[in-house]
Amino acid sequence: MATMSGIARPVSVEGVLDVLDEDPATQVLAGGTDFMVEVNYGHRKPQSIVALSRVAGMRTWQVVEDHLVIGAGVTYSQVMKEQLADLLPGLAQAARTVGSPQIRNAGTIGGNLGTASPAGDSLPILLALDALVNIRSKHSSRSLRVDEYVIGPKKHALQPGEIIVSVRIPLSDTSQEFLKVGTRNAMVISVAGLALVVDWKSGRVGCGLGSVGPTPIRASEAEAWLAGVIDWENRRIPDRDGYGQEFGRLVARAASPIDDHRSSAAYRSYALSVCGKRAYERIRRQQRQVLPGIVNGE
Amino acid sequence: MDASANKVNTVLPESTVRVDLRINGRNYVLPDIWIGENLLYVLRERLGLPGSKNACEQGECGSCSVLVDGMLVCACLVLAADASGCEITTVEGLGRTLADPADSSGQEEGQTQGQGQTQGQGQGQTQEERQGQGQGEQDLAGPTIIASSMPMPQLQDISVTDGMSFEGALSRMHPVQQAFVNTGAIQCGFCTPGLVVAVADLLSHNPHPSALQVREAISGNLCRCTGYGRIFAAVRRAEELLAGTA
Amino acid sequence: MSPMSSASPVPPVLPMSPPMPVAPDTTREGGRRESSGSNGSNGMIGTSGLIGSSVIRPDAVDKARGDFAFSSDLWAEGMLWGKVLRSPHPSARILSIDTARAQQMPGVMAVLTWADLPGDQVFGLDAKDQPVFAHDVVRYAGEPIAAVAATHPELARQAVDAIVVDFEPAIPLVDPDEALSAPATHEAGNVFRHITLRHGDIKAEGDVVVEGTYEVGMQDQAFMGPESGLAIPSSDGSVDLYISTQWLHVDRDQVAACLGLPPELVRLHLAGVGGAFGAREDITIQVQLCLLALRTRRPVKMVFSRAESFLGHVHRHPARMWYRHHARRDGTLVKVEARIVLDGGAYMSSSAAVIANATCFAAGPYRVPSAAVDGFAVRTNNPPCGAMRGFGAVQVCFAYESQMDRLADALQMDPIELRLKNAICSTDRLITGQVVGGTAPVAEVIRAAAEAPLPEPASGDLLELPGGAGRCAEYDKVVRGTGFAVGFKNLLYSEGFDDFSTARCRLDGDMATITCAAAEVGQGFVTLARQVVTETLGVTKVRISSGDTNEIGSAGSTSASRQSWMSGGAVLEACKAVADRVLSMAADTLQVRPETLRLSVGYVVSGDGIPLISLNDLTRGKPVEESVVFHHKPTDPLDSDGQGNAHVSFAFVAHKAVVDVDVELGLVRVVQLSTAQDVGKVLNPLQLLGQIEGGTLQGVGLAVMEELLVADGIVQNPSFTDYLIPTTLDAPDIVVTRLVEEPDPLAPFGAKGAGEMPAISSTPAVVSAIRNATGLALSRVPVRPQDIAFGYAKSDSA
Repeated sequence: MATMSGIARPVSVEGVLDVLDEDPATQVLAGGTDFMVEVNYGHRKPQSIVALSRVAGMRTWQVVEDHLVIGAGVTYSQVMKEQLADLLPGLAQAARTVGSPQIRNAGTIGGNLGTASPAGDSLPILLALDALVNIRSKHSSRSLRVDEYVIGPKKHALQPGEIIVSVRIPLSDTSQEFLKVGTRNAMVISVAGLALVVDWKSGRVGCGLGSVGPTPIRASEAEAWLAGVIDWENRRIPDRDGYGQEFGRLVARAASPIDDHRSSAAYRSYALSVCGKRAYERIRRQQRQVLPGIVNGE
Repeated sequence: MDASANKVNTVLPESTVRVDLRINGRNYVLPDIWIGENLLYVLRERLGLPGSKNACEQGECGSCSVLVDGMLVCACLVLAADASGCEITTVEGLGRTLADPADSSGQEEGQTQGQGQTQGQGQGQTQEERQGQGQGEQDLAGPTIIASSMPMPQLQDISVTDGMSFEGALSRMHPVQQAFVNTGAIQCGFCTPGLVVAVADLLSHNPHPSALQVREAISGNLCRCTGYGRIFAAVRRAEELLAGTA
Repeated sequence: MSPMSSASPVPPVLPMSPPMPVAPDTTREGGRRESSGSNGSNGMIGTSGLIGSSVIRPDAVDKARGDFAFSSDLWAEGMLWGKVLRSPHPSARILSIDTARAQQMPGVMAVLTWADLPGDQVFGLDAKDQPVFAHDVVRYAGEPIAAVAATHPELARQAVDAIVVDFEPAIPLVDPDEALSAPATHEAGNVFRHITLRHGDIKAEGDVVVEGTYEVGMQDQAFMGPESGLAIPSSDGSVDLYISTQWLHVDRDQVAACLGLPPELVRLHLAGVGGAFGAREDITIQVQLCLLALRTRRPVKMVFSRAESFLGHVHRHPARMWYRHHARRDGTLVKVEARIVLDGGAYMSSSAAVIANATCFAAGPYRVPSAAVDGFAVRTNNPPCGAMRGFGAVQVCFAYESQMDRLADALQMDPIELRLKNAICSTDRLITGQVVGGTAPVAEVIRAAAEAPLPEPASGDLLELPGGAGRCAEYDKVVRGTGFAVGFKNLLYSEGFDDFSTARCRLDGDMATITCAAAEVGQGFVTLARQVVTETLGVTKVRISSGDTNEIGSAGSTSASRQSWMSGGAVLEACKAVADRVLSMAADTLQVRPETLRLSVGYVVSGDGIPLISLNDLTRGKPVEESVVFHHKPTDPLDSDGQGNAHVSFAFVAHKAVVDVDVELGLVRVVQLSTAQDVGKVLNPLQLLGQIEGGTLQGVGLAVMEELLVADGIVQNPSFTDYLIPTTLDAPDIVVTRLVEEPDPLAPFGAKGAGEMPAISSTPAVVSAIRNATGLALSRVPVRPQDIAFGYAKSDSA
């Protein structure tokens, strides 16, 4: 229970942390797109709120050496804008599938993590990108991988007094894809989502899944299989019958979906396998098109 | 089971805050509101600005679209107490941005009175009255022009000329509003204010959107009456009005 | 500030405004409207040419500015907020209700239950079987139990949460087929109505027989403006209720009975209505609002959240339908057999009339010499169902049109040829034995809808492919399909119901005031009324008022595609009566015969148009007023074989659908719907187009995404997050290929109601197109991705 009441709107991360240090029950308001729905429907009873809206430092992104650091207050709309979208096309694609333009203007990357929904659209790609969640309290700071950070459906590893300040993503030479299946052509909660990242520099494959388990899921077996079949030296993904399908099959094996009002477990697994296959083919085709010296077969 | 003993009207839920808002160029002070109130509630129920509509209160319909610091957002998802210091534009402010400041409030207030009597029956109150007794004081500095980049409206498409009041009303509207009126994009009208704000926002950033860009830009604004056909037509008409090619 | 102060708790009395702005003709058909000579009975009428023009809605300016006062925009000094406690259980006994803690909470001014209701405990459009507040049992999840009024909506919410109800939950009855034999869940039994329809030779057999079972999920009207209103008590014990509704007077009668007040002490006023589509035909918050206001002696406002809206109003009946069609080898229909079960949920609402429609129209707009149809509407512990656009005709159209495709397949015949071969004519009989009569251009609408050119293939843009913004489509897995469907429905009320509308016209100088309680819900009655006034009286200053329930008699419901006909007719007759009197007065003054005069632009003019005397001179300060009650042709009840002249008139419609299907993921994008409709006469092309586009898209929604999911009696998706209605990225291009204008001899202006028809055949057309793309049977709507994906995967590997 909060001991204070009212709203604090600090302008610095330190200011936010001071408020939380004094009263860890203070509720943290980011873009409001989840928070306010809960308030409006009586599921959240705010007493004391600390808002992040005026913390300018959290609303920007920057390249720090070989990493991108994206402030927790960066909105989906910002992620979709040119420079950042060029660096992280998969994240931009995921951001574009979030809600509506109105939601994308308000909702933030940190907020998506804060809600920690298995259907959070940015989480599969953050997982696939090996993003680190930078967490601070007044007295400490730490970083967690997304799969360490999300520990259950809408449950995360933040301790009282802690907030997410940013996410840190390795900058590399990557191919990225994001696909989301929903039963409407816009403004829909994901039935299944898949993000695929192939890191040509480090020889690593990342594959994150959404809405097919209690948390966003990493498809490790599929990642390992794909990393094994890629011709890293020549930067080629093999164009062989059944490879895309096999990748899709392995991706679906990683999932543990449920039946609910949005879809069935069976369809979710199935859709995931199709998305896996399609992501494989898309990245394979992209790679053939952009590599110099390789005859374009399209 | 009647609980009305000696309770006062002003009882609020626990935890209240003071909020200062700047809306459509005017400043409003709300000394005491419940901390959980969203901007939409404050606009509609405290400030006499019910143009933004309350269709879902979960950001899924766009009926309450407003601009906060130039960003199109759902007012139902903005905590009012977190909007202090922001520049807020609602559908009520959209038309005002085009009005000649010299003829803005006085003339319209005159109409308010006349009309109020026509429909009045004495039970209602006008917005002005509500603001006057309002939960807040208002800055009487008068309206300022907000989106001065908006060109003046073009009126070529009003085909009836003998109606002073209709044209007069149209002339004080944003071109997007004019376009919605004239293309049949309005039926029940509940989604209209949100759509008008969203389309104005779209055209201010992208004066000549493709059909697909239009669809994506307003995909967060649900309409249940029109099937969207006339709304697409309205966007095209607004585009022409703004470009001066209508 | 605005002339239409939204703060005012006064319904939108339309501002009088001189101009009659007309939109430039942007509609396909709009350019070809010739000006109406009106309906010819009176030479003085038809001076303006406005009937048939795209006159702009008089409320459009206010709506665009945000100044139009919807029922949720109302406000009054000292106003309280109402809120309703609802049952979480679909079936339970109520052992106790403890409101003590809630009543003690600060800011809470009243907590009311069944015990506080001074009048009838139950209400209903037909049978009065639905409690205002549950007393000893609850029969559906969402049933109201208590209502509170508090000084702030959050306090009202907290007070509702503080009410303690001790339930003894029971196993709910949720299967409509089981309801036929299960123990009754209500003293009135589980069968709302069973219609046995027998027509022709029921032993007849066809050379070719096709059989199928079909299901329609529970669709919701999902209007945008939530249920809301403001009740203001008076010191004399009466109350004014400002409310969004489809029918003020039937609301008033139910509210007054429950309040135990004479009807004249309950005054209902129409506040701005944010869409209706049938969901506002039953009362929802009306009694609770008035009761709270009377008890607290304060104005009380209530606005449903979206979740409450989904629980608080009736839905479209889910349907299970079995069909067997018999035909000769040449495609001539011989007999249709069907069994239709509609799940009416816990209370009756309009179930009896919905099942009558479903049964009467079960064979479609075809010549069917023999039929045996059993229609059941049953009571369960599911949410109550009632009116929604199409009213029983929607469900059966999906089934009979699916059957027609199946039959065409069995006969190896072109499906459009098959339909044309059996298309009904005005001289044919329906399966109810009634001769269609009037006009029935069925073949014309079929041909016209079928002839639309096909759209271009999809671009490669992922946004434009199935899955849209999710960018999951793969271009070479997208298959295009086309489909076709025809539908029809009755206009106006049926089965002997005494249906009427009341209107008053008052001419004072050159200004006319119409008072008519017809609910404007977005459909555009207010525009039509102005067109009619200007057409008949030649004045352009027109004020339309819906009055209150004491000022004017009933106009009937804004439903059944009836207001243009019924209230349009009432306004027309009232105006004509005024015109007759004015011309007589002028004739007296001018010492001429009234037949030599007519009205034009504010003047009485001579036969050749020379102004003789102004209306100002003639009537200013000496207003001429006439009231009329307009009835349609009487109808008969159905007999024990479901036979009888039960309906007034019918309208027909056809859609051709083009879809793109991602056959692997099972996602659909509806690309285009072309349509032709039997409208009798076009009164306002732009408004008609709006009805057609909007209704068509609601049919698309039912085809591919809209369903209120109910599991064990509990709605799973009462939100716009999970009850999906089409967005701009889901909306197809809608092409009106033809509006067939064969005037209905019974209708004012010859115009048939047009609001419901577009929602009838669009659903089966879309599903037919998906079948065409996938080869799957698809017997249930909405079609879900898994229905396509798994079916296709199976058929692909086979």
